[in-house]
Amino acid sequence: MSAEQVTTRRESGVARGVSFLDNLGYRLQRLPLHLVIIILCAIWVVPTLGMIINSFRSIDDMNNAGWWTTLFPPHGFTLASYQQVLAIEEVPTSILYSVLITIPATVIQLTIATMGAYAFAWMRFPGRNLFFIVIVGLMVVPIQMTLIPVLQIFKFIGVNGTIVSVWLAHSGYGLPFEVFLLRNYLGGLPREIFESAEVDGAGHAVRFLRIAVPMTIPAIASLVIFVFLGIWNDLLVALAFLGTSLYRPFTVVITGLVTSQGGGWQYLTAAAVLQMALPLAVFIFLQRYFVRGITSGSVKG
Amino acid sequence: MDQIITAVVAVVGVPLVLLGYIIGGEQVIERLPGRLQNWMRPYFWALPAVGFATIFMVYPMARTVLISLRNRTDSDWAHGAWGIFSNYNYFFTFPDTLHALRNSVAWLIFYTFFAVGLGLVIAILVDRVRYESLAKIAIFLPVPISAVAASIIWKFMFDYQPPGTTQTGTLNAILGIFHRDPTPWLIDEPVINNAALIFVGVWTAVGFSMVIISASLKAISSEVLEAARIDGANEFQIVRLVVTPLLWPTITVVGTTMLINALKTFDIVYVMTNGAYDTDVIATRMFSQMSVAQYGRAAAVGVVLFIAIVPLLIVNIRRFQQQEEQR
Repeated sequence: MSAEQVTTRRESGVARGVSFLDNLGYRLQRLPLHLVIIILCAIWVVPTLGMIINSFRSIDDMNNAGWWTTLFPPHGFTLASYQQVLAIEEVPTSILYSVLITIPATVIQLTIATMGAYAFAWMRFPGRNLFFIVIVGLMVVPIQMTLIPVLQIFKFIGVNGTIVSVWLAHSGYGLPFEVFLLRNYLGGLPREIFESAEVDGAGHAVRFLRIAVPMTIPAIASLVIFVFLGIWNDLLVALAFLGTSLYRPFTVVITGLVTSQGGGWQYLTAAAVLQMALPLAVFIFLQRYFVRGITSGSVKG
Repeated sequence: MDQIITAVVAVVGVPLVLLGYIIGGEQVIERLPGRLQNWMRPYFWALPAVGFATIFMVYPMARTVLISLRNRTDSDWAHGAWGIFSNYNYFFTFPDTLHALRNSVAWLIFYTFFAVGLGLVIAILVDRVRYESLAKIAIFLPVPISAVAASIIWKFMFDYQPPGTTQTGTLNAILGIFHRDPTPWLIDEPVINNAALIFVGVWTAVGFSMVIISASLKAISSEVLEAARIDGANEFQIVRLVVTPLLWPTITVVGTTMLINALKTFDIVYVMTNGAYDTDVIATRMFSQMSVAQYGRAAAVGVVLFIAIVPLLIVNIRRFQQQEEQR
C-alpha cells in the first residue's frame, strides 16, 4: 500500500483533471461543427415544417401573420384549407387519376424491363453491346427531345389525352434506366445456377420465371418504390400529354391552381401536404429500400 | 369508373400478356431448328423493351431533329414548307431564348457546384458527430418530395409583402428582425430571383448527393486516415489531401448527374414563376413554345438542349464501358 498506490491515485487524479480540461477544450472546439450541422438541418427541415403548420391555419391567419406565430397560443388550428381544397371538384378526382396513372405505368414498365434485362444479361447475340450502349445513352436524353413526335403518335393511334397515353409515355421514358439497372443486377447472379438449370433441361422461360425473377425481387422492390414515386411526383409528362385533358393528375391540378389563384393560393398548402404525404410515408417506412433505389442507379464501383 | 376498370385490366393484363408472350413464344422457338433458334431467341426476348425504347425515344428524337428544320409551326407538309435553320436562327437571336440560355448556364454552374459541394461538406461534417443518421434524414427529407410541393413550400419562404406591412414570408420576416427592407425574392430580376430558384433546386438535390458521397466516404479505410494523422496532418489537411482525392470518382459521378439535372430543370421554374421576370430556362422555353403549337421552334429548343447534354452522355457511356471491362 503505500507510496506506490498513493502516487497512482494522485497521478490519476491529475490525469482526470487534465482530461476534463482537455475534454472541455475538445468540446468547445467542436462547438462550431455542431452549430453548422444544426443550422444546415434547420434550413432543410424548417421550410417543410412551416408549410405543414400553415396548412392547418385559416386563410386570414396566413395572410396576417407568419406560420411561426401559431407556435404560441392562441394556436387557431383548423382544417379549413383541407375542406376548401377537397371541395374543388377536380382535386379529389385528380388524386384518383394520379393513382390510376401511377400503378399501371409502374407495372407495365417493370414487367417489360425485367424481361428485356434478362435478355441483355444472359443471352449472347450480335449487336447486344451496341443496343445496350444506346440504352445507356438514352438514360440521359431529355424528354423534351421526344415530346412533339410522341404527341403525334398518340394522336395517330387515338389515345391522345387518355390515361393510356401517359402509361405508354412513362414506360418508354423509364425503360432505359430500369433495363440498365436490372441487367446489372441479373448479370451479377451466379452463373452456375443458370447452367445447372439448363443441364436439367429447363428452357429460358423456366429459367427466367423460376430463377431469375424470384432472385431479382430485392432489386425490383427498390425499383418499384423509385418508379412509383417518380411517376406520382411527375409534372412534365403529365402536363405534356394530359395538360388539357379531363384526366389531369394531382400535380398538374395543383400547378394549375397555383398559377390561376394569384393572391389566394395560400390554402393550396393543404393540397401540397396531401400530395407529399405518400412520398414522405414511403420514405419514412421504407427508408432502406428508398435510399438503395436512389443510390444503386448512379454509382457502381 | 371506366378509367378504374381500364387500370385494373392493365395491371393484371399486361403481366399476363407478357407471360403468354414468353411461354407461347418459347413454345414456338423451341420447335425451330437449332441455329435459327439461337439466332432468334435473344431478339424475341429483347423485343418488347427495345421496341418501346425505339418507338418512344429513338424515333421521336430523329423526328424532332426533322421538325426543328421545318417551318416554325411544323405545318404545310404538302408544300414542303422547309425553313432550314430559321428555328435555330430564332433560338440564337431572340432575347427570350438567349436569356433562357443564360439562365440555364447559371443553373449548370451554380446548381451543380452547390448541390455537389454542399453534399460533400455535409457528408464529411456529419461523419464526425453521433447524431449522424438523424442529421442525414433531415437533409434527405426534400428528396422524396415532388418539385411541385417543394415549390409551394418555398413560395411561402419567399413570400413578399410591401415594406411596412407584416411579412408572412419566413425569409423576409428574418430580414425584418435585422431591420432590413423585405426583398421580393421571386420578382427582383435577374440575379436574385434566379438565385432563389437555383437555391430551391439545390435544396431538393443535396440529400441525394450527400447520401451517395457519404456511402463512399464510409468505404475509405480508417487506416489511411490514421496514417495521415500519425504523419501530423490536421483535420483540414486530411479532408483536402486525403479524403477528397479518394472521393473524386464518386464526386464526378454525382457531378455528371447534377449537370444533367441542371439542364433538365423544369418543374421548379414552371411552378414558381412560370418563366416570368426573366427566369425561363431552356426546358421551360421548349415547353411554352410547344403549348402554343410552335412545334418547329419548340423542336429546335429541344435539339439545343439535347446537344448540350451530348458531352455528358458520352462521359456516361465511357464510364459504362470501363465498368464492363472490370466485370
